[in-house]
Amino acid sequence: MDLATFIGEVEGVDAVQLPVHLADFDCRNNRLALLGLMQDGFAEAVRAAIAKYGAQRIGVFLGTSTSGILQTELAYRRRNPVTGALPTDFIYRTTHNTFSVADFARHYFGLTGPAVVVSSACSSSAKVFSSARRMMAAGLIDAAVVGGVDSLCLTTLYGFNSLGLISEQACRPFDAQRNGISIGEAAAFALLERTPEHPQENLSADAVLLLGIGESSDAYHMSSPHPDGLGARMAMQDALKMAGLKPAEIDYINLHGTATQSNDAAEGKAVAAIFGPATPCSSTKGATGHTLGAAGGVEAVICALALQHGLLPAGLNTRQLDPALDLDYVLDNREQPVARVLSNSFGFGGTNCSLIFGRVGKP
Amino acid sequence: MTLNATLSAYVEGIGLLGPGLTDWPSSQAVLGGQQPYQPHKTILPPPALLPAAERRRSGAIVKLTLATGLEAIAAAGLDAASLPSVFSASGGDGENCHAICEMLASDDRQISPTRFHNSVHNTASGYWSIATGAMTTSSVLCAFDASFGAGLLEALSQVVVDNTRAVLLACDTAYPEPLYSARPIPDAFGIALVLAPQRSAQALAQITVNLTDASADRLDDAALEALRIAIPAARGLPLLRAIALREDQHVVLDYLDGTRLAVAITLC
Repeated sequence: MDLATFIGEVEGVDAVQLPVHLADFDCRNNRLALLGLMQDGFAEAVRAAIAKYGAQRIGVFLGTSTSGILQTELAYRRRNPVTGALPTDFIYRTTHNTFSVADFARHYFGLTGPAVVVSSACSSSAKVFSSARRMMAAGLIDAAVVGGVDSLCLTTLYGFNSLGLISEQACRPFDAQRNGISIGEAAAFALLERTPEHPQENLSADAVLLLGIGESSDAYHMSSPHPDGLGARMAMQDALKMAGLKPAEIDYINLHGTATQSNDAAEGKAVAAIFGPATPCSSTKGATGHTLGAAGGVEAVICALALQHGLLPAGLNTRQLDPALDLDYVLDNREQPVARVLSNSFGFGGTNCSLIFGRVGKP
Repeated sequence: MTLNATLSAYVEGIGLLGPGLTDWPSSQAVLGGQQPYQPHKTILPPPALLPAAERRRSGAIVKLTLATGLEAIAAAGLDAASLPSVFSASGGDGENCHAICEMLASDDRQISPTRFHNSVHNTASGYWSIATGAMTTSSVLCAFDASFGAGLLEALSQVVVDNTRAVLLACDTAYPEPLYSARPIPDAFGIALVLAPQRSAQALAQITVNLTDASADRLDDAALEALRIAIPAARGLPLLRAIALREDQHVVLDYLDGTRLAVAITLC
């Protein structure tokens, strides 16, 4: 890689070893997926859900933009000089193919319910919550492994570079001097279950509820958002409508906040149009980088932590707020009760998704 | 499998394009066995609905989804801008991926913005919304060989749970060598279905779907069966064949290893 930019690389991915029977899945993206599955008791929670519901009643809905494409990029450096053939150890299905990360998770846990990858660029792992919700409401499943995994690859780095959207510094969302994204990689997972009756009595106070989802398309341009954030506004309004909430009832907004000039301007206008200047908000991409197809999942987890810990996370690296955007942008961590939060994920191709999460117990 | 929910919807419009299959009306006699199937390379029409700049940049998957999707929606007499959409493809644009990987393996890695636009899995969805003006939700899916079944389940769950019409666009395009040897998809093939929650005057058939562990149905015609096997989107052909035959039928469509879709088809 010969680009002058700041990259959010996850340590230790190269050292991860996949189980022997899943060796065909070996690539950076699935190693990162396994690293994520092994964190914070997540795999244990999935196994408990299998015992409770059965493997055929749990779906897998994961987001990724590029999956294991790095494996193909590397294989193209080892083509047969005479025939042009790819090396014989290259396996497309279980590495490069967009579905491979969901297929890997499915095989890792032995799940046999519906499984799919959502790949709509940077909204992918927010939109998985919507697919899982519908399938649960339709009665096909009782629980779902949702989330997103995206790993570093040259297609993305040189692709965003070709659009002039990559910053040479650590990205500065909503800063007056922002000049582009920092690409990162991440794996984030959540286990979704149907909300029981009387959640206050039947769930722990720390449980997080998915209260609303809104989805829309910009119908405007492949790589520029609608300048007034019209699609973004529709997504936030639809999420509020499903949750039955007024804007003033949202305590914090985790912005998409990529730190490109156009995204933050459009999102800032859309947020101000619905919420006015008083709702605390920040983009956490200054801390994580833009993890693309994993970003919605990562930021859903950050929202869950905000609810559980009563913490509004500051947006890192932002020094001087863009004066054109009239928002309560959180520049220092704030500790306060948090009952309901909204997370925005807007993607390349004009795909938008907003999620609203809330606490079960009183904050 | 027990405790199995069923999902039901009405098919209001069908779009079809593939090798030797030029549209739904002319393909019904072929699928029904009244006319011989004569495969020839898929002919993709230019995407007339796109603005000139986007039309120049659009690849095969954009042309295929626009052709099949608009055919299905026109047959249903609906406005594309009003419909939520489900795009399901078994992989990205193979030609474009090949060109990018060749460049990234060379000394000049500066891929073009157009190459990058066309590299994302939601290229077709993005161009679709620009072409039709649809600001509705769009689910963009991949499930490798299970992509038709995954798309059908997603579209049905939208219809049933959100009580809305939806359009499914299940499309795949060809892979060039050397990728073809690793993923042998020979040609472009797409099926589009407009699905509705209530019966209307334009409804063709009601479909009721549940998960099953039964084996997927094969097609009697050897060349059509070869097509069904070769291109994942063509795993939906047994459903279209039943509608073409104008008979109430049960078919089993391929989906995941060990899990298939049982579809009961009742003509309207």
